[in-house]
Amino acid sequence: MSSFAQNQLYETFELNIGPQHPATHGVLRFKVVMDGEYIVKAEPVLGYIHRMHEKMAEDRTWNKFWPNMSRLDYVSAMAYTHCYAGLVERANGIEVPERAEYIRVITVELNRIQSHLLWWGVLVMDLGGFTPILYAFDDREVILDLLESVTGSRLTYCYFRFGGVYNDIDDDFITGTRAFIKQLRERIPMYHKLVTGNAILIERLEGICPLSAEMCRKYGATGPVLRGSGVNFDVRKNEPYSAYPEFDFDIPVYHEGDSMARYMVRMDEMLQSLRIIEQALDKLPEGPVKADKVPKVLKPPAGDYYYAVEAARGTFSMRAVSDGSNTPYRIKLRSPTYSNLSLFEEATSGMLLADALAFMSSLDLVIPEMDR
Amino acid sequence: MDTFMDHETIKNELEKLANEGLAGAGQAADAPGSGVQADESDAKSKQEGQPRQNGLIETDHAARGFHLDVRISPEQVVRAAEILDRGGFTLETITGVDWLKENQFELVYDYACTGGKLFRAAVRTRIDRDKPEIATISEVFPGANWHERETWDFFGIIFTGHPQLERFLLPDDCDFHPLRKDFQP
Repeated sequence: MSSFAQNQLYETFELNIGPQHPATHGVLRFKVVMDGEYIVKAEPVLGYIHRMHEKMAEDRTWNKFWPNMSRLDYVSAMAYTHCYAGLVERANGIEVPERAEYIRVITVELNRIQSHLLWWGVLVMDLGGFTPILYAFDDREVILDLLESVTGSRLTYCYFRFGGVYNDIDDDFITGTRAFIKQLRERIPMYHKLVTGNAILIERLEGICPLSAEMCRKYGATGPVLRGSGVNFDVRKNEPYSAYPEFDFDIPVYHEGDSMARYMVRMDEMLQSLRIIEQALDKLPEGPVKADKVPKVLKPPAGDYYYAVEAARGTFSMRAVSDGSNTPYRIKLRSPTYSNLSLFEEATSGMLLADALAFMSSLDLVIPEMDR
Repeated sequence: MDTFMDHETIKNELEKLANEGLAGAGQAADAPGSGVQADESDAKSKQEGQPRQNGLIETDHAARGFHLDVRISPEQVVRAAEILDRGGFTLETITGVDWLKENQFELVYDYACTGGKLFRAAVRTRIDRDKPEIATISEVFPGANWHERETWDFFGIIFTGHPQLERFLLPDDCDFHPLRKDFQP
């Protein structure tokens, strides 16, 4: 905390940011107590797009909950539907064909890259650079077109089914994805040259709001936030699911804990995702993309089930409680940004307001995912 | 990370805690060590519709998604949090389940170990539905603050000692708790 903010002789004032504010990326509100330009206390106020998905789950069958899952995090919805698929398959003991698991991994990783590209463009725009987001959207558009061609939607995917996926990928998708891998591999070094090395960006990110690994643990922060603080934790490696154990990829970890570390983790993750997609395309097995004999009406045995995936923003997990009937008794959605943002109040105390907003961008928030 | 307790020690501590609760509740205390029951007996007791007794169960991760399932008394949640905190665990989430027929709320605390090999522990307890009160663990895990606030919002479970038990995801002027099974919109 700066000596300026510590001096209680100065008068403080309250500042309201949001809920309608471009810097909050959606409808998020902050109640901030300011001492000049320094933050004394910044309290996030959530719930402006709360839709009670958890209650909705209780009055519909397991199958009918699919569309809700892609409306949590609209930027990387694929990973969220993956979690739901895994959860219900675990509860019902459904086996998924290998080809379907590979296709799931390919689409989830494409979606992750797309999400990181959007984050990257928006972060730089938050800091005042307008051009990068146009490049990011140029790349992102290719992914959205590819995913649209197999899933039928551009953002709110309902592509996975219990026991597989709804549609097989075709040759156009495979050649398109290979071309995209080549394109992005050329683009990312260019992005580093143009943006990462920029003196203004370095000034705005380096050394800003370092989070310790201990603080991340106490608040339950996961994903790039945790990996930017030196903890090598990724559900894809630490609790392997789907076809991930079959691919060779690294988990980028940076130890500084500042906004720059979180930035670098995501930039490196895009390259790792490309590696995963490339291997999956090379090794793509033949066979069906849907398990046969998945019952129309699912009645999982009574009990608790838990499933976690590595979404673009961290660990997304679901807990389902079944009472043996055809509707869930209780579904709990554990969203990563909810926990990641909960450390905001403690982390930003004593910071400059402008730095706190840059820090918020480095957390990569998606509000509907947090509010559920 | 190496200063944290290992998983085996954690397991033993939690088991001790759960067995203590058995004795404290005036029920027949099992001999030490018998707290580890087979998963099947748990499934059986659930089929009969009976909430199971305090104790620790090692669950099959492939079938359930977590490794340890600990049932404790409501007054022990803070101590369980302290044990898991010493083990370097992180709090993933807190949630409630409304068991209307038994007139009880179940609280489930999901812990995960993010250092090294993943290890998930679910700590659960049940409280009376007519007197839904339980101690806060936000002193141990500050991240619990928001999860408890949300649980109060949705279920009306009061976390005693919580610094800010106000409406969170629902509007400030709400007078209902929507995830209760008897909630009528």
